[in-house]
Amino acid sequence: MTPAGAVRLVAERELTLRLRSRWFLLGTLAIIAVMAGYVLLQMSAGGGEGRSEVGFAGQASVLGDRVTAEAHELGLDVDATTVVDMAAAHDDLAAGSLDAVVSGTAAELRVQVAGELNPRLRAVLTELSRQEVLAAHLARAGVPDPEAVMAEANATRIDVAAIDAVGTGGDQRVAIGVVVALLLFLSITAHATFVAQGVAEEKSSRVVEVLLAALRPWQLLLGKVIGIGLAGLIQLVAIAAAGIGLAAAAGLLTPSGVAVSTLVWGAVWYLLGFVLYAALFAIAGALASRQEDAQAVLTPVTAVLVVGVVAGFTLLIVAPGGTAVSVLSLLPPLSPVLLPARIAAGDVVSWQVALAVGLTLATTALVGWLGGRIYRNAVPHTGSRMALTTALRGR
Amino acid sequence: MPAIEVAGLRKRFGDVVALDDVGFTVGAGELFGLVGPNGAGKTTTMRIMLGVLAADAGEVRFGGDPIGYLPEGRGLYPRMKVRDQLVYLARLHGLGINDACTAAERWLVRLGIAHHRDDEARRLSLGDQRRAQLAAALVHDPALLVLDEPFAGLDPVAVDVVSAVLREQAARGVPVVFAGDQLALAERLCDRVGIIRDGRMVAVGGVDELTGGAGTRLRIGLDDSAPGWARGLGGVRVLGDDGGATLLELVNGTDEQSVLRAAMAAGRVTEFSRHRPTLTELFRTAIGEGHGR
Repeated sequence: MTPAGAVRLVAERELTLRLRSRWFLLGTLAIIAVMAGYVLLQMSAGGGEGRSEVGFAGQASVLGDRVTAEAHELGLDVDATTVVDMAAAHDDLAAGSLDAVVSGTAAELRVQVAGELNPRLRAVLTELSRQEVLAAHLARAGVPDPEAVMAEANATRIDVAAIDAVGTGGDQRVAIGVVVALLLFLSITAHATFVAQGVAEEKSSRVVEVLLAALRPWQLLLGKVIGIGLAGLIQLVAIAAAGIGLAAAAGLLTPSGVAVSTLVWGAVWYLLGFVLYAALFAIAGALASRQEDAQAVLTPVTAVLVVGVVAGFTLLIVAPGGTAVSVLSLLPPLSPVLLPARIAAGDVVSWQVALAVGLTLATTALVGWLGGRIYRNAVPHTGSRMALTTALRGR
Repeated sequence: MPAIEVAGLRKRFGDVVALDDVGFTVGAGELFGLVGPNGAGKTTTMRIMLGVLAADAGEVRFGGDPIGYLPEGRGLYPRMKVRDQLVYLARLHGLGINDACTAAERWLVRLGIAHHRDDEARRLSLGDQRRAQLAAALVHDPALLVLDEPFAGLDPVAVDVVSAVLREQAARGVPVVFAGDQLALAERLCDRVGIIRDGRMVAVGGVDELTGGAGTRLRIGLDDSAPGWARGLGGVRVLGDDGGATLLELVNGTDEQSVLRAAMAAGRVTEFSRHRPTLTELFRTAIGEGHGR
């Protein structure tokens, strides 16, 4: 058996084991379901802000089309209806099927709402009123063509230039960044934990002794990491594809270069992060004498990661372009989760990406070397949990 | 020319000396039993032979490859189907997929667990798990078999099946080394045995050589005698009482007739016979001496 052949066989076993497990399928579906729920929530929330049901009563009835047109300019879809029965309109307001009822003359509009008036609708109605008043004054002042003056005034546009790359769609991109980071965090820790459990299982069941009669320790560990890593990558790609599909179908996301680069960088960072954590978790698994012990050894490692990631998340949402989140995202244990989030949010410069990749690779090489050494020494050890120093010395 | 030679193995775990100059040889087609009490160093010796553990000193010379190994107690993935495990292990040892499947099926049938082929290993009874583990050690046609407690937890039928398989392997020329504490079984099965205690080899040799090589032993039954009547006798060593009879070993060519006369003087002799020790007795003597030291 060639070394590559042995590694491939081990990886094959791990991969089919994961793919055949019903937890793999259930877990993937559960995450997609959670994402679908999130998309639906966004849609209904978006519906509340982006749409408005407005009833026009009495003299105001003629304003429906103008309000609809003006509101559209501000990104608000107004669904205008004519109100005949004010009492019924009140009931509709209370029930929420109407957002506002407009009455009165154009110069003196009265608006009834259940709670608060949508700020964009307020702006539209206020502007309309002002224009009416202004037009009336212009006419009275003898301006020859008040319509032309109003049209010229309305045609005025201000020129906006963004100096910050986050700029347009910034909120949407930060949201994608957070989702990406969350998925990476879950996927990396879950699959690295599988590595630790697998190592501990082989050790406690002594399968490892039978296996080591056929192959070298590094072949066994490498095959395991590759197999489980591939399973995780397949799951992640399935989830990402479903997520992008859902978001695009719901109109929350315009498929674009951002989506593609987010996906590609997400996959790259998943691999970088998984290998780093797999090596770290394999150490924990090798030191444990039973599978239950592996969890105890893992807890401190996971705790550090969780604290870092939570801090990173918070900073990412509160201050997406800040120095703190930049620094955190460059630290190797946190880079695989935070850096792709920053890439998705669009606030990272390429030298930082290069630096983070370099630091993560260097750390992985170090942890991998240590892990291989500890694994080789600790895996044949039976009895109690093994001390780290003993495992390093190789007895 | 031994097929495998273990020489001068030393191993410490911290302050504990696990092995102290352990050595033996096993010829091609020979069944060698490594017997000793728990903690004597059997498993450590086997793991060093296998290369799972490194010795502090000494060496294991074995030209062939591969080794079939049966670890103590466990050695299978609990949640993997028995047949899948056998195929996987065979393939790891370099068999093609078709040969691996054929070999797995052959050993499942030979060891009487074919009906468990699609069961997860943890679903099997302990005895059947042991058979499956043995199948895993044999599935790739190893050139050397190293088996740690292969008979532990087996019912008498399974013991016969496994014994037959081991004899068969030896007949093919495969050296078979197994560790155990069932001495009667080792005596019946083995060509040679090594007795190990506290990490040291106490005795190594052919079963006949060991049991016959001891000094002449006498078994003497006496009625109406005072207990310990033989203690004052010269030229003999009292080995102990065995069911109302006294077991003696003659030292330096002591005449057995003089012992008989002494016995008759001590009481009514009901039994007087030459005694060939079983391996179990040899073992007890060897272990007992060790603890008296």
